Parts: sequence; structure tokens; C-alpha cells
Amino acid sequence: MHIHRRDLLKASVAGLAGLAGGVLALPRLAVAESAGAIKIGTICDLSGPLQPFGTQKLQCIQLAVEQINAAGGLLGKKVEVVSYDAQSNNQLFAQYAQQLALKDRVVVAHAGLQSSSREVIRPIFRRSNTLYFYNTPYEGGVCDGNAFCTGTTPGQLLANLLPFMIEKFGKKIYVLAADYNFGQLSEKWTRKIAQEHGAEVVASEFFPLDVNQFGPTIGKIQQAKPSFIVNTFVGPAHASFYGQWAGAGMKQDIPIASQTFGEGGEHLRMPAEISDGIYVCYNYFEELDAPANKAFLDAFRAKFGTDYGYISDLGMSEYVGVRLWAEGVKKAGSVDRAKVVSALESGIGMDAPGGRVVVEPKTHHCIFDMHIAQIKDRKFGILQSFKQVPPTNPGGVCDLVKNPNTNQQFEPKI
Amino acid sequence: MRSRAEILGLAALGLGGLALLFGLPHVVEIFALVDITVFVILSTLALSLALVWGFGGILCFGQSAFFGLGGYAYAIAVLNMGESTVPVLLGILLPMLFAALLGYFMFWGRVSDVYLAVITLTVSLIFFHLVNSTSGPEYRIGSAPLGGANGIPGVPQINVPGDPGRQLGFDEMFQLAMAVLLLTYFGLRWLLASHFGRVVVSIRENELRAELLGYDARRYKLAVFVIGAGIAGVAGVLFANWGSFIGPNVFSIFFTAQIIIWIMVGGLGTLGGAVIGTVIIQFLTTWLGETKIADTNLVLGVIFVLFVLLVPNGLQPMLRDLFGGWAARRAVARTGKGAP
Amino acid sequence: MDFAAIVLIQVLYAIASLALISVGLAIIFGMMKVINFAHGEFLMLGGYAVILPVQAGVNLWIAMLIIAPLAVGLFGMIVERVIIRPLYGRVIETVLATWGLSLFLIGAASEIFGYFQEGTSPPLGSIAIGAYREGVYTFFVIFIAAAVMAGVYLFLKRTRFGLVALGTMQNPDMAAALGVDTGKVYALTFGLGAALTGLAGAVLAPISGVVPIIGITYIAKAFITVICGGAMALSGTAAASVLFGTVNQVVTFLSTPIIGEVALLVAAIILLRLLPAGITGRFFRSGL
Repeated sequence: MHIHRRDLLKASVAGLAGLAGGVLALPRLAVAESAGAIKIGTICDLSGPLQPFGTQKLQCIQLAVEQINAAGGLLGKKVEVVSYDAQSNNQLFAQYAQQLALKDRVVVAHAGLQSSSREVIRPIFRRSNTLYFYNTPYEGGVCDGNAFCTGTTPGQLLANLLPFMIEKFGKKIYVLAADYNFGQLSEKWTRKIAQEHGAEVVASEFFPLDVNQFGPTIGKIQQAKPSFIVNTFVGPAHASFYGQWAGAGMKQDIPIASQTFGEGGEHLRMPAEISDGIYVCYNYFEELDAPANKAFLDAFRAKFGTDYGYISDLGMSEYVGVRLWAEGVKKAGSVDRAKVVSALESGIGMDAPGGRVVVEPKTHHCIFDMHIAQIKDRKFGILQSFKQVPPTNPGGVCDLVKNPNTNQQFEPKI
Repeated sequence: MRSRAEILGLAALGLGGLALLFGLPHVVEIFALVDITVFVILSTLALSLALVWGFGGILCFGQSAFFGLGGYAYAIAVLNMGESTVPVLLGILLPMLFAALLGYFMFWGRVSDVYLAVITLTVSLIFFHLVNSTSGPEYRIGSAPLGGANGIPGVPQINVPGDPGRQLGFDEMFQLAMAVLLLTYFGLRWLLASHFGRVVVSIRENELRAELLGYDARRYKLAVFVIGAGIAGVAGVLFANWGSFIGPNVFSIFFTAQIIIWIMVGGLGTLGGAVIGTVIIQFLTTWLGETKIADTNLVLGVIFVLFVLLVPNGLQPMLRDLFGGWAARRAVARTGKGAP
Repeated sequence: MDFAAIVLIQVLYAIASLALISVGLAIIFGMMKVINFAHGEFLMLGGYAVILPVQAGVNLWIAMLIIAPLAVGLFGMIVERVIIRPLYGRVIETVLATWGLSLFLIGAASEIFGYFQEGTSPPLGSIAIGAYREGVYTFFVIFIAAAVMAGVYLFLKRTRFGLVALGTMQNPDMAAALGVDTGKVYALTFGLGAALTGLAGAVLAPISGVVPIIGITYIAKAFITVICGGAMALSGTAAASVLFGTVNQVVTFLSTPIIGEVALLVAAIILLRLLPAGITGRFFRSGL
């Protein structure tokens, strides 16, 4: 018995060693480069709690690249996507950003979901002179000559949603936010905008991403009796708030405005009566009635089927980001970073599925149509629309045309 | 005393290590070197727990607390000071100080076994919760924001002492990490062969007997605990450098349990085993994450379960049995005497 | 005044949920001295075992109170036979193997369900308490926790199997000499612990949702509660749950949920320093 096991173990060790050797060789083999392809890189959360957010982002990028290649590619070459799964872990974002910059040497990176992941990789791409696109709605303020942001900012989202809620429901606001830079800075914006409209934030609570018990919070909210709640929750743990809120019978008493609800398809994963009535304000909804949107959804479903969750601003921003970058490359006639940046600053736009999107040269952000909507029966019903809203830039502090070497995130001053 | 085979073995290891230290950067491309560097750093962390647990008999379920403290101390200090020599020292001394306090609290209270494991785990979790919720702008030490769940990005690299402009490059970072690993390994071998080391092991074997022989077990355990924390702290400093980033995940239960897994896979009670276990598990984790063959956790889980059922003492003892048996037979054949 | 009632209810809820997630682990650890590192994942399985049947149309209560405990209990018995029994008595190997099982279950759940799984919501509506509203389900959880603790106590003290199990844990050789099939007793005890854990996961699923990594949020608290409870599985868990649940929730009301968690952890450390063998190392020793 003893001897047999030893032989088995010897054989397995030898086998494992051989396997390890083969495996070490594998990455070298797998990187058989398609000669002359233009490589773009992306890092998305394809597993872990942020999976529903990251998966749609990668799918939209892939669709955009497929459409670009079908139309003849860029500068006569095919575009290829190098993609990494950050597994909802910021440490891996740092690692893969290095990899995209140093090993894969991509000409542009479209990466990052959470604002914390963005702040990890933005300096890495800046150091390696890799053009960087952050395609996610966020808390605004990034002013970086090497970066372009195609997500909405508080000047577009909160600045329209909050006055709507204040006028409709009243002036006392209770803020529930995720405890990281996105939630913290969004809360500051909420306080600033509230002040500008004569309203007041009576209390703010911050929750790390793994908190999923909100009993005491619901009690405290009832004690404070606000007019409405502003909610900046992220991820599946936070999503359990809505069920607990409905379970406590609070839905008809205090309305909720959310900066993030539905972006990851949360409304499809809970009973309709829990999500009914929540107010949001985004640039893109699948429910938007426009020919460009219909064409997009048809193409998406043809490629990925119909069982994909929900495409929101999160995925659409990646689609728009890749397409805008491609327009920049075409206009510049090159993938050289400086030339593409100049091209993008010359006022490039496109007719996206969510309306016209134009790059704003001073801030490297985008001008969007915005819509306020309310959920009913798991569908978004548009209530009000605003055309071509410019991005956040209080006092014009960010001017990358005049000062291209700026590298900062501006925060709201209250 | 040392046998000839053992001395030759150590010398071979030392030469091999030096060869890697000087040679690897020339042979391997920068990108793979960066990957290997993190394996080296985590091996140093594993050695710290191998000392504390494998030789000291202290099941510390919160070794990550010292690792994280070292990393955060370095990051905050270097962002404030701009020069890295003092921050590196802080990253080593702060965990040691904390370990001294925690060790005093536990060992003088005669807490042991599973209860000690729970206290150390709890400490690491407290750090996790506290650090994870400091992302507000009001949480800063000097000019360095604690960052909360965001972590601290953009941590400046270690520079040549006295010359803040001259920061270490990727290959120098590898060489520094490798040097630290080699120093730690040989330092621990020396420590364990010394009188101090023998007393520590005897306390692990039978604390009552050691005390009856006149050794104050509490002091020796405290010393081992503090030394282990210092080594974990150094690893933490290097880790914060490696990714220019440190985040609260280093304090999570997932990470602290991983350190224990490395030791168990490599073989509890060995030093080399700690390194082997770390490298294998981390290599597998990274490779699975990149090739996406199957979910990383799923594969690791299957491997662990099979491992425990087939290789219960860990890899180093198994390898030693397999190949050491061969060496012993040769020694017997050559000298006619028994194995050393 | 009404607010004080809300606080009290939430404190009872915290105690109840802590007791629920810990009692299965306490039985397995207290009676078999086995540290089941996959405990959090048994809770996760209990959650999926209620959500999936409900999606398929099964009545929520049947899924929660019957299907989930049975399913996880059976799974537990398989785990006991395949992984725990060969390693019985070897603590380190058991930890490694059950950690491996935990990773495997997380990985399998991630592959099969991902994070796209739909949940259910707390049933039973809400009631008014003065000027406040509270979910009726909160009371249900408190009730279930009390029922489980009472049920386990009666089962172990009053039924034949319970007494046989207790005897086997105290002195397996003697029990075997008296003709008890110790292997079967261990399997059923582990199965009982797993079933209780599955029930806990199912009961909490409508409140917290179920995702593959939900076990990780529970394991540390359950582990700490059980160890701090001490050698007596039931009274120790109850006592520790009362202490920690109260500290956690009261501090949460006074500040934030995170400070509440930290308060629980600090209380654990202080407790272990003062009572190094857990609560029932000193108090309630004649209990169960």
C-alpha cells in the first residue's frame, strides 16, 4: 500500500512538473500576434459581485469592435481586443493595467468600473503614455490630459434628478451611499445641489460594499422623516436594501431616487413590487424609442442572444467610448496618442443609441441627452428629458485645451 | 550538528538563490519578472507564518494584519515624507510593536490554541472593517488619505536611501524582494538552529515541560510572534511597492486564510515548504485567472481536497521522502553507515 | 418610545440571526470537535435551496422549512462521509479540506449561477409600531431562532437519538462498547448541524439575498460566536449570541453598521481574554 502510493505520487509529481513546464510555455504560444492588428485593451469585472456590471461592458466593447471591423477596420487594419478579468478586485486592476501597458502594449485602454479601480489604473496608464478611456457614470471632476471619460457626471445626473425630486416631494433629503470615493463625492454633490435649490441633507450614511443588513438604518430613516431618499448603492449586497425597505412597508411613505439602480440590471433580479416607483436619471435606457437604439439592440441580440440581463449606461458608455475613439483615430489618420487626443479635442461626436454624444474638448468628457425615468413592472418609463447637457465643470476649472498637463480630480466645494 | 548533506543542501540553495537574484532579470522579460516578484514577496510572508506557527506552535489566523500594517505604514509614511528609508523602517517596526502588544495581551493571559486563532482572526477583521470604512476625505494621516475601500493608489517606490529621485525599477524591485527572501530564509534557518530556536520548538512540543525546565514560555512565544510580525511587515512594505497600491483586502478573511493554506500545502513545520506552497498556489491562481479555464475557486477547492486526502503532510515532507529516500540510500551505500 | 421598541426588536433580530447562523456550527464543533470551514457555504446552499424552488413555483414556506434543511442536511451527510470521516481527529487537515470544499462550492455557485440570480423578498408584509413600521418577517426570524434552539435542546435531551449522540460525543469508546454504531451517529450529527445551517441560510435569504460569496460574510461571525460560547454547544451559542447581538446592534444604532461590527469583534477579544475557555467555560456549565 505504502509503496504503491509512493509510485503514484512520484508519477504525479513528474507529471505536474511536465504540466507546469508546458503551462509556462503556454502564454508565449498563445500570444501569436495577428500581424498588423490594432490592439485595444480592457479590464472588466467578469466574475465576483460586480459580474453583471462588467459583463455588459465587455459585450458592448466587443460589439463596437465587431461593427468597426465589419466596416473595414481602422486605417486598413483590424481592431483586436485584449481583455482581462479583474474579478471585482482592485489589486488585479493594478496588475492588469501594468500588463496592458508593458506587455500587450495596447494603443488605448477602455477600463475600469468602480471609481476606486479608475484611480488605481489612471496613473499607471499616464506613466506609460497609454491613452485611457474611463467609460462609466461617476462622480465627475477628473481632469487628466491622458484620459477621456464617456460616463455621465453629477452635473448631468444629480443636477437634473435632484431638483425634480425636491419640487415633487419636498426639501428634506436622506442620503444612503456606498463607502468609497464614488459614494463620498456623490454625497458632496448632493449636498451642494440641494443647497442651491433650498433643500437640505438631514443625514448621510455610508456603507461599505459588503453590508447587507439595513434594519437599524431603516429605523433611523423613519425617525428622521425625510421627504425623499437619495441612494448611491453599488453591488448585490446593497441591493438587498430594497427588499428590506419594501418588507418594512416603507415604499408608499418615502420615495427613493437612485443614482445607480438598474445599471446592473438589479430590477430584473427582484420582484417587481420591490423596484416599482424608484426614480433614476440616465443617458441611456433600453426602453428609449429611437431608430438608432432599435438598430443597436437588434445587433446586440443577434450577437449575444436575449438572455443577457439589461444594458444600461454602463455598457452603452463603453460602446460609445470605443466608437468615439475610433472616430478620433480616423480623423487623426493615426493611432499615435498625441494625434488622437488632438483629434478628439476638435469636437468629435456621434449619433449614439441614446441620442447625440459630443466630446467636450476642455474637460475630455461628453455632452449627453439625459432622461428622468421611473420603474414600473421592471421597465423604465421616461418622465422628462433634457437635451445636450454639458458635463460637470464648476467655474470652468478644468481646461485641458489650455493646460494639457493637468492631472487632478476636482471635488465640489460646498 | 550539521551533516555534510545538510550543509551541501544549504549551500546549493544559497547559490541557487543568488543565481536567480542576479541572473533572472537578464533571462526573463520584465513582465514575467513582475509576476515572479509578487511570488517572492508572498513567500516571505509565508515564511513569517511558518516561523510563528510551524515552529512556534502559535496558530496565528491574523498574520495578514501585520502584513497589511506594514504595507499601510509604508504607504502613508512615504506619501508624507517623500523619501522611503524611514517609511520602510516604520513598515517593519509598527507591526512588531503591535505584535508585542497583542502578544503580551494573549500570552500573558494564557490564551492558546483555537482561542488564540480566533483572537488573531478577529484583530485582522477589525483592521479590515476600520480601514474599509475610511474612504471619506476626513480620514487622512498628514497628507496621505487612508482611502477606505479605494485603497491607497500611487504609492511611491522605494528609492536609494538619501536620493528620492532614484526610485527602484522593476528588475531592482525583484532583486530587493529576492534578497529579502534569501536573508529571511537563511536567517530563520540560523535562528532555529540556535539555542533560542531550540527552546521555541521545545515549547511548541510541550509547553509545560519547557516551563518546568525553567524557560518562561510566554517570553519566547512573544519573541517569536514579534519576529514573525516584523518579517510579515517587510513583506507588506514590498507588496505596497510592487503594485504601487495597497487596499483593505489585505486584511480580509480570504487573504489571511490563504496564508494558512500556503503553509499547509507546503508542509507545516518546514521553511522551504512555505515557499513551495506559496509559489504553487499563487502561480495556479494567477494562471487560472488569466486563462479562465474554470472558476479559480472551483479548481483550487478540488486541488485542496484531493491534496489533503492524498498528501496529508504537505509537499516538502513528501518530496523529502521521495527524493531524500534516494539520497539516504546512496549515503548508506557509500559509507556503510545509516542516514544522517 | 416607539423608537425604543424598534431598537429592541432589531436587537432581538440581531441575536436571533447570530444564533441561527451559529447553532449548526456549534453542534458540529461542540459535539464532534470538527471545524467546518465550509459552514458559510452551507448557509449559501440553504439560500439557493429556498430561492430556486420558489422560482420554480414551490411555496415559500415549504421550500424554506422543509426543502432547504433536508437538502443541505443530506449534502452534509455526504460531505461527512467523503471528507470529514477519513480525517477525523486531524484538526489541521480538516480545516484545509473544508476550506477546499468552501472554495469549490463558491466556485461552483459562481459558474452555475453567477451574480445574475434573482432573489425573493421578505414576505408577510409589515405592521405599525406607534409611528414606525417594521416588517413582520423580522418577528418570524426571531421566532424561528427561539424555536430552533428549543427544538435542538429537546431533541438532544429527550429523544433516544439525542442521548445516544451526546453519549457518543462524550465517550465514543464506551458508546461503541455498548453497541452504538458510532459512524452512523457522527454522520447523523453532522447532517443535523448541516440541516440547521441550511435552515438558517434559507430563513435569511429573503432578507440578504443570495450570492456565491455570501458565506464569507457569515463565517467569521459564526466562528467567533461559537468559540466564545465555549464547550457547551447550545447554552454557549445562546449566551454568546445574546452578548454579541446586543453589542453589535446597539452600537450600530448609535453610530454606523461598521462600528457596530467592530464593537462585536472587540467584545469578542475582551471576552476571550477574561474567559479564555469561552463563556460556558465558566458559566452555565451544567447546561447543554
